[in-house]
Amino acid sequence: MTQAKTLQPDEARQKLKFYQKGTFTVGNRLVSEDERSVQASEDRSNALTSGHRACQGCGEALGARYAIDAAMRATDSDLIAVNATGCLEVFTTPYPETSWQLPWLHSLFGNAAAVATGVAAAMRVKKKKTRVIAQGGDGGTTDIGFQCLSGMFERNDDVLYICYDNEGYMNTGVQRSSATPPAARTATTPAVGPAPGNVFGTGKFLPKIAVAHNIPYVATATVADLHDLERKVLKAMSIHGARYIQINVPCPLGWGAASCDTIKLARLAVESGLYPIFEAEHGRVTSARKIRKQVPVRDYLKLQKRFAHLFRDGVDDPRVARLQAICDAHIAEYGLLGDEDEA
Amino acid sequence: MLKQIEGSQAMAQAIALCRPEVICAYPITPQTHIVEGVGALVKAGELQDCEFINVESEFAALSVAIGASAAGARAYTATASQGLLFMAEAVYNAAGLGLPIVMTLGNRAIGAPINIWNDHSDAMAMRDAGWIQLFAETNQEAVDLHILAFRLAEELSMPVMVCVDGFILTHAVERVDIPDQAQVDSFLPPYDPVQVLDPDHPASIGAMVGPEAFTEVRFLAHYKQQQALRLIPAFSGELAKIFGRACGGLLRPYRTEDAETIVVAMGSVCGTIKDVVDEMRDEGVGIGVVSLVSYRPFPVEELRRILAPAKNVVVVEKSIAVGVGGPLADNIDGALRNLDGRPRLHSAIAGLGGRPITRASLRRLFRMAVENPWQGAHFLDLNEQAVGREIHRVRKIRRSGSTAENILRQLAAANPLPPG
Amino acid sequence: MFQIRIHGRGGQGVVTGAEMLSVAAFIEGRHAQAFPSFGSERTGAPVVAFCRIADKEIRLREPVQDPDCVILQDPTLLKVIDVFSGLKENGYLLVNTNKSFDELHLRGVVEKLPEGHAVIVPATDLALKHVKRPAPNAALLGAFAALTGLVNFESVTRAIAEAFPGRVGEANIAAAQEAYDLVRAQESAATA
Repeated sequence: MTQAKTLQPDEARQKLKFYQKGTFTVGNRLVSEDERSVQASEDRSNALTSGHRACQGCGEALGARYAIDAAMRATDSDLIAVNATGCLEVFTTPYPETSWQLPWLHSLFGNAAAVATGVAAAMRVKKKKTRVIAQGGDGGTTDIGFQCLSGMFERNDDVLYICYDNEGYMNTGVQRSSATPPAARTATTPAVGPAPGNVFGTGKFLPKIAVAHNIPYVATATVADLHDLERKVLKAMSIHGARYIQINVPCPLGWGAASCDTIKLARLAVESGLYPIFEAEHGRVTSARKIRKQVPVRDYLKLQKRFAHLFRDGVDDPRVARLQAICDAHIAEYGLLGDEDEA
Repeated sequence: MLKQIEGSQAMAQAIALCRPEVICAYPITPQTHIVEGVGALVKAGELQDCEFINVESEFAALSVAIGASAAGARAYTATASQGLLFMAEAVYNAAGLGLPIVMTLGNRAIGAPINIWNDHSDAMAMRDAGWIQLFAETNQEAVDLHILAFRLAEELSMPVMVCVDGFILTHAVERVDIPDQAQVDSFLPPYDPVQVLDPDHPASIGAMVGPEAFTEVRFLAHYKQQQALRLIPAFSGELAKIFGRACGGLLRPYRTEDAETIVVAMGSVCGTIKDVVDEMRDEGVGIGVVSLVSYRPFPVEELRRILAPAKNVVVVEKSIAVGVGGPLADNIDGALRNLDGRPRLHSAIAGLGGRPITRASLRRLFRMAVENPWQGAHFLDLNEQAVGREIHRVRKIRRSGSTAENILRQLAAANPLPPG
Repeated sequence: MFQIRIHGRGGQGVVTGAEMLSVAAFIEGRHAQAFPSFGSERTGAPVVAFCRIADKEIRLREPVQDPDCVILQDPTLLKVIDVFSGLKENGYLLVNTNKSFDELHLRGVVEKLPEGHAVIVPATDLALKHVKRPAPNAALLGAFAALTGLVNFESVTRAIAEAFPGRVGEANIAAAQEAYDLVRAQESAATA
């Protein structure tokens, strides 16, 4: 069945209700040309081109390629990217090679948002239409880059900031960040002693902090739903002002998972309720991606060595239940269960 | 146009004449009046085609400037003291990326103990960051150096820091000749970047460089800064022609010909030293002074030429590299390295945290250098009694508390308020 | 070179006073330098500002230690600091007060100075009368011009107008004029 009329991204999302068995991916061959993903297009920009040095199964490389290509399409390739220090920066630009097919600047770990503000200011003063993206990992965003990011939000600078959230400092050898989930083993939260792994703190879910800045657009996304990811980037680029997208990108190395399980893990993170996928505009949540069938968080945790200490001797550690409670709280908070049309 | 004007306002007007396109501001005493001044010019529409951005920290201020400069805009910011240290990572980064940002440094001490007054500790902390560092002796020179700085920065694609003594210059109202727009335009062409973020010609800037090339990159940064030793005098000469008065230069000797003793200093204290030199010359003492304008790059050849014939060189500097001594004295020592029959070097630390440097103390110091030379660094006007007591106390008592507070308590006890 | 030291409290326009004085000298084609005692002064805290006037470039940057004139904007400072420190033997003293030198216990200080070099002027009262604010600086500049003759009253009024454009400036000039006239009257009374 093909639609005669061209659908806007939002519309397409609501109309498409069929799934391939076992995945949530809508096959491009099932939809009209206009509804196909940017990646499906022959004239996609390949802004992050092949030959880079990311690990096998790197969620960040996948997420960045989809995000930046979508932004390139939205801007007719009139785009500049600023990159925080991190895996993405390192694996894409081993001097003198680069994978980036767009103007790209790396300054420091903690200042990508501010540098992007500067680029945007230069474009404004030069009366150019060139758009600006800043991108970084969760460490460069939720920790060391947080102050600059908040400043960029608060001034409502015309920058889309994309955080590729792999839940730790993977570039430096898998240390804990403020985005690392409770109980997860990292190099700085080893799985030893009476309370192995990361602490159960209060959590720091940056998208909510972004929403609290009342900026025009905030979204979370996942590499398990690349259509949705592209749609959100396209939507973000149709808006001016400060925008924030946080993409959940599994890290096979850091999470202790099989390279082939990247998409599966991303999907389980969503379907368990651990990683809510939603959009917010001007301080108000406007939509949430429904969970078709809630998955126990245990299924997600068991695929990752960083949580292996929770399942020693065939017995579930009580902290699995605490993680499940976090998932349940997310589901309640964002209304993740129920029919999609209710969203 | 001659004006009786506060130094900060004069600098703000000079910076505006340089047509900056992106200005980042974050308040810190004593630099704040400068960015306030430029900000007001932008807000009032007197400085057009300029984005004035209030940021959340000095780190962000320089980061915004980095982004703007890399995107082809002429970028400016200003800071002081703790602010410079808070942006330290970006200071090195701007130089490493070769971005021609101009920054005013309203020189101020670094805490703890917190102190808002003038010395050169902040500039010294960043002396090896790869920026050109120019020191102003007067507010006239501060104005001229800013104009020179933009040209120099953009010619070399390298950031320039104009160091201006906090309060002593920034808050002093004095006579300054502010050039007109046509004069500045004739000297400073529009910014033509050597590298730029351009969607039509995409390039990656800021890539990782490994051991196979890092040494060469650093060598070239050093080589590039050495070019400024040629360019600073050349541009200063151009400015002098346009403005009809002497401007800038690498250094300025004053009555150094046939001088047995030559003082070397940077910034506003050079004015006071010149007055002392005149007094002592009148008394028949063969003394002169070199005002060092360019601290980075360090004009080794010029210093050797001027200092070599002297018997004594006295370095007066407003900073202390704790554990070594005076950093400027160290650099002067290096400049005189391997010179046959080189002059004796006398290092003095003065004016820390805003302590006034008086003519009387300088006269004593210069006499002492000739008659009763010392080893190591001499702390001008040190309260030896207070220091001695504290050293003694610390030896006796394990939990001796904070040095800063103990010294203050001693001073309060020594100078009680008059009864009343 | 003529050096002036102004003592007052934060909020009394001490720094502006020094600046206006330097502008007055500048207007007359002279070199002048005005600078504050640098600090994070809050309203009410003791403040010092300095002004130097000369016929050639002023290079000296030390605080004024041996003033040719001390202007005391607030006599309550007499109990707090030595405002006369370094005052030259032939120097001038200008005190903002509605009391007499005797009431302020300053007879000893005044007698050390040459005849007619020390005057009092109720500058705060004049400021309240004309400006409706207790900012005695402009009035004191008028008095300074009369006392020392170092700058013309004309230049003082132009400097005040530059610092305070419009009606505030006019009011300050009126205060300065009355102070100027008061001091001139004291002088002619003394010489008569």
